[in-house]
Amino acid sequence: MSETASLLVRRGDAGGPKSLSRYEVPYRDGQSVLDGLRYVRAHLDPTLSIRYSCINANTCKECMIVIDGKIDYACTVRLQPREMVLEPLGNKPHLRDLVTEIAPPDERLATAIKKRQG
Amino acid sequence: MTSPTDLVHLETDVLVIGAGAAGMVAALSAADAGADVILADRSLIGRSGATIMAQMTVAVALGSETPDDWHYHLADTITAGRGLCDADLATLVCEQGPAAIKQLDEWKVGWARKPDGSIKQTHAPGHDRPRCVYVDFLSTGPAVAKTLRGRVLRHDRVTRIGDLYFTDLVTSDDGVIGATGFSVSDGRPISIAAKTTILATGGLTKLYRRNSASANMGGDGHALALRAGAELMDMEFVQFFPIGHLAPRLVGMDPIMWDPFRYKLGGKLLNSEMREFLNDYGSDEGGRYIVTRDKATHAILKEVQAGRGSPAGGAYLSFQHIPEAQLREAFGPVIDKLAANGIDLGKMPVEVAPIAHYHMGGVRIDTAMQTRLPNLYAAGELVAGANGANRLSGNAITEALVFGRIAGESAAARAREIAGSSWQQQLAEPHLALVNASQPHPDLNPAELIAQLQDVMADDVGPFRTQEGLERALERLAALRQQIGTLPPENGGHFNLERVDWFDLRSMLLVAETVARAALLRQESRGAHQRDDFPGLDDGWLLHQTVTLRGDDLSFSRVPVRAAAVSEVA
Repeated sequence: MSETASLLVRRGDAGGPKSLSRYEVPYRDGQSVLDGLRYVRAHLDPTLSIRYSCINANTCKECMIVIDGKIDYACTVRLQPREMVLEPLGNKPHLRDLVTEIAPPDERLATAIKKRQG
Repeated sequence: MTSPTDLVHLETDVLVIGAGAAGMVAALSAADAGADVILADRSLIGRSGATIMAQMTVAVALGSETPDDWHYHLADTITAGRGLCDADLATLVCEQGPAAIKQLDEWKVGWARKPDGSIKQTHAPGHDRPRCVYVDFLSTGPAVAKTLRGRVLRHDRVTRIGDLYFTDLVTSDDGVIGATGFSVSDGRPISIAAKTTILATGGLTKLYRRNSASANMGGDGHALALRAGAELMDMEFVQFFPIGHLAPRLVGMDPIMWDPFRYKLGGKLLNSEMREFLNDYGSDEGGRYIVTRDKATHAILKEVQAGRGSPAGGAYLSFQHIPEAQLREAFGPVIDKLAANGIDLGKMPVEVAPIAHYHMGGVRIDTAMQTRLPNLYAAGELVAGANGANRLSGNAITEALVFGRIAGESAAARAREIAGSSWQQQLAEPHLALVNASQPHPDLNPAELIAQLQDVMADDVGPFRTQEGLERALERLAALRQQIGTLPPENGGHFNLERVDWFDLRSMLLVAETVARAALLRQESRGAHQRDDFPGLDDGWLLHQTVTLRGDDLSFSRVPVRAAAVSEVA
């Protein structure tokens, strides 16, 4: 019997309308939520945006999102063969889909423009 | 469409692209030399790239365990490089490594110490003595990155910008004058006028299905350099890390995590008959862990080919012979992380297999880190030469630190010679036109095509290569190139990852072709490049292959190796 993880993902661009998309991902034991999201991008919907760099090592700390109401890393939480609700961090400026602005203010373009263009 | 009024234009003396160890050190040294610096990264400053992934070892001749001298380190580096190390570049790494490591020590990186206060050094494969410093078994890289990031943010002359994606370098008759790209976070196009530019974008191992790279290491800098007119070298040499974790699925840990424990405890590599096999390939470890990466990779994959692989297609790595108390002592809290992944090392082996880990080739530079294009410099894993055909364990961070510093100094010195701005907006326009282009591709999934590209490279341009396989790979790459077309998908919006994927594919396909073509041309087996149809070293191939882009075509040449006299290094 093949099981699926049903990912209910909060979508939308900053400032635009928000929606929910449901993605059915084949479930395999041991996979992470990030594995599931990368599956979605490669097989179901390339427009889904997520932020990650190191993929598996949990060292870049870029993939933090809200998973079933709890803040956690998508690369360490296991995918489950049931519905999982994925949302962007609520306490950071929203960019798109699951991506928020997590860089310190002085590592952002806006700050550089102010500094450089006066 | 983004309107031209959205364009962000910035000016600087030195632009550093890539904020891993090499980029951050380059920014620091350029700023120390008085230059105004922009340090930009496509991801977050100090958190992307390979540096934070580095687990443990940093090779340097400090001699704090046994007497050592950089000449011995150089001899080991050159031996590991299988005849293709550029001796001048390898000398820089080995001779200047100790100063770089001491500098980080002054900046309180926290190198592990012995009770007498001296820095600990461990013995890694390929070294003739204990030579590798570390912070912690699994967090040396993060400590290095954090320390450098702390220094960079205190430097007023360095402006840091994350989430900035570069699509092309801008060139004039005088050389490189800056770069174009877009802000990932809000989609705005950007041009940066820079008197000098340093590429420090890291390697290209994301070209492979199984890799230990960050998501952003698909050869961006190689493609930027190539398209601008710089030269790449030794592209065929991709290092596979022999014991990358394969099974059971392990989350929250780097797949190359087993290496330090194998050093420390002597984990056994076993085939499906639960028999140690490295000796069968003329590599007698004698209970120690001394076989270099190219030879161990070869042995594991040959066992798999012979039908003696583990169920998931690798080898077993077993620590079952180690008493539990010793396991607990060596692994510490890692034991609990493994338990959460269902792994009990006292009761079961894990499965490991070679995984794309590092690229020895890259941008061709001189000892000042200058490319053949005026005003363009490069440093870190991106550059070719110091590691020849196979990198010695522990040399990557040392190289990043040493070359980053030199690149920063060279770029700052050159910037001082350039009086005013040499920026010419009209030369950036063709590149900005691509950034601003928006071509709906409803049937195109760039993320899927990246996965297909990784399959092509893993299947036919991996550790073992044949003419037939390489030709098949080149055909498949050409087909993928047809699919992506020449214009990016729909423009605009914040954090448009589909657009990032398309620009990644544009670069990855170009860079993958250089690897496959160079591998097809080199009709011998050397270090990380193994041809099943041309086994063994051929002295006629004791040379570098270089590649440039002429129009849309790659053009390959050969250059001699700058070798060290054996008497100098022995």
